Amino acid sequence: MTRDEIFAKVVEIVKPYVKNEDALAAVADDTNILEDLKVNSARLVDIILNFEDEFDIEVEDEDADAVNTVGDAVALIQEKLS
Amino acid sequence: MSDDAMRGRSVARENPAHRVVVTGLGVVAPNGCGLENYTEALRTGVSGIRHIPLLEELKFACTVGGIPQGIDAMSEEYFHPEELLAMNSSHLYGCIAAVDAWMDAGLERPDPADDHVNWETGAIIGTGIGGLDTAGEKLIPFVDAGRVRRLGSTMVEQVMGSGVSARVAGLLSLGNQVTSNSSACSTGTEAIIEGCQRIRAGLAERMLCGGTEGSSHYAWAGFDSMRVLCRSHNDEPEKASRPLSASAGGFVPGSGAAILHLESLKSAQERGARIYAEVLGGAINCGGHRRGGSMTAPNADGVQRCVRDAVADAAIDPEEIDAISGHLTATGADPKEVASWAKALERSPENFPVITSTKSMIGHALGAAGALESVACVLMLREGFVHPAINCEDVHPEIEKFSASIPHEVREMPGLNTMIKAGFGFGDVNACAIFRRWAD
Repeated sequence: MTRDEIFAKVVEIVKPYVKNEDALAAVADDTNILEDLKVNSARLVDIILNFEDEFDIEVEDEDADAVNTVGDAVALIQEKLS
Repeated sequence: MSDDAMRGRSVARENPAHRVVVTGLGVVAPNGCGLENYTEALRTGVSGIRHIPLLEELKFACTVGGIPQGIDAMSEEYFHPEELLAMNSSHLYGCIAAVDAWMDAGLERPDPADDHVNWETGAIIGTGIGGLDTAGEKLIPFVDAGRVRRLGSTMVEQVMGSGVSARVAGLLSLGNQVTSNSSACSTGTEAIIEGCQRIRAGLAERMLCGGTEGSSHYAWAGFDSMRVLCRSHNDEPEKASRPLSASAGGFVPGSGAAILHLESLKSAQERGARIYAEVLGGAINCGGHRRGGSMTAPNADGVQRCVRDAVADAAIDPEEIDAISGHLTATGADPKEVASWAKALERSPENFPVITSTKSMIGHALGAAGALESVACVLMLREGFVHPAINCEDVHPEIEKFSASIPHEVREMPGLNTMIKAGFGFGDVNACAIFRRWAD
């Protein structure tokens, strides 16, 4: 899976939780999931579970805690897939 | 209530800050969602009871029930996708009804980005059973399979007792008391009385009050096993809910939600709100599981006392009551209930008020029932009719002497002025509210 494909899937998974549609329209690697996209912090748990299902990976709590931006998520998934 | 206390209430009624009116309504019922559909269904005696294939598959003795229709499409229109991921059926019904009541009261739905908080508006939105669909379909199977980690973040808010009122608070930016009451089948009526009392006490200007009950076979199973659900009309769902009837054989499980936007008369007049009706008063009590009362049966003295206290709180003469919206579930308790009404209101069969049962059309929506039926009262007062009690052409022999007061077809009553509504629940709990048509 290419990085672009992973990025697109991550955005698709995050999308239902996003409260700031404008920030989503301009989404990039450095877009912060909580601060820019205004995702409720409690919902990060659900987003991580969806990553696990979509990419068939397991994400430890420590790894999950390090995900702040969309780019962080893409990098984590790439690492798990490799 | 003592004469002094009654005089106190009369004096209080002269102060618009202490009078409570209904300025908005929202309803999600098995026989109609939205005020127009619900009013029309009530007026024409349309049943919302249908065959529920899942109940048959799971070997329920009762395979019919009342479930509001068209909810998925409405939900997408009303809620953000993120909200929908954490809303079970009880939440969807309750929140649609609350948003509708808010808009019906002439208020604008707040923008989530606007940080204004409505400090003077609260909510008491109860539920009898709550989010058992979430518990049954996800929480319990996942936990039992050792998959706690996979539950995600949305479990607590869907199973916590105050889940619905909490969600409504966020949708409408409420800043006053936000809570959920629970008192079995009197929940919805109790919520309205409690909200009314809070406004009277000057602790809030506006309260969204009512009840919601999800559609869950897990919630209905215990009643089925108790043999209190109707099992005689599975092949004729629309005839299954038969309050007041000789052939009543148990209640039909229902679901849905209704919310009333209550407001001090002062607030309503200041903002020029459309007023449907006044909540004249109400009372809440418990029979103490004595004198024939128990966990599952009402103490008739408690019921009558509750009705009398409501009349006293409203500071009216019982003669002024034009119509009764009974609890009337279609169990053996119906004849006892009618006898209690007659005693408490001191009305003989000859001058008995019109009496009807909304449950004949929508089944018994448990914690939402009192709210669904109170909304029906307010709509009937506004339009001057009493809806039929369907499926009781064969009036129960012990109720027969009151037959003239039971409408089998819609009864047009342009002079309909005052309605009394009661709800009784497991735990021997009672709640009774009195509504009066608002004449500008």
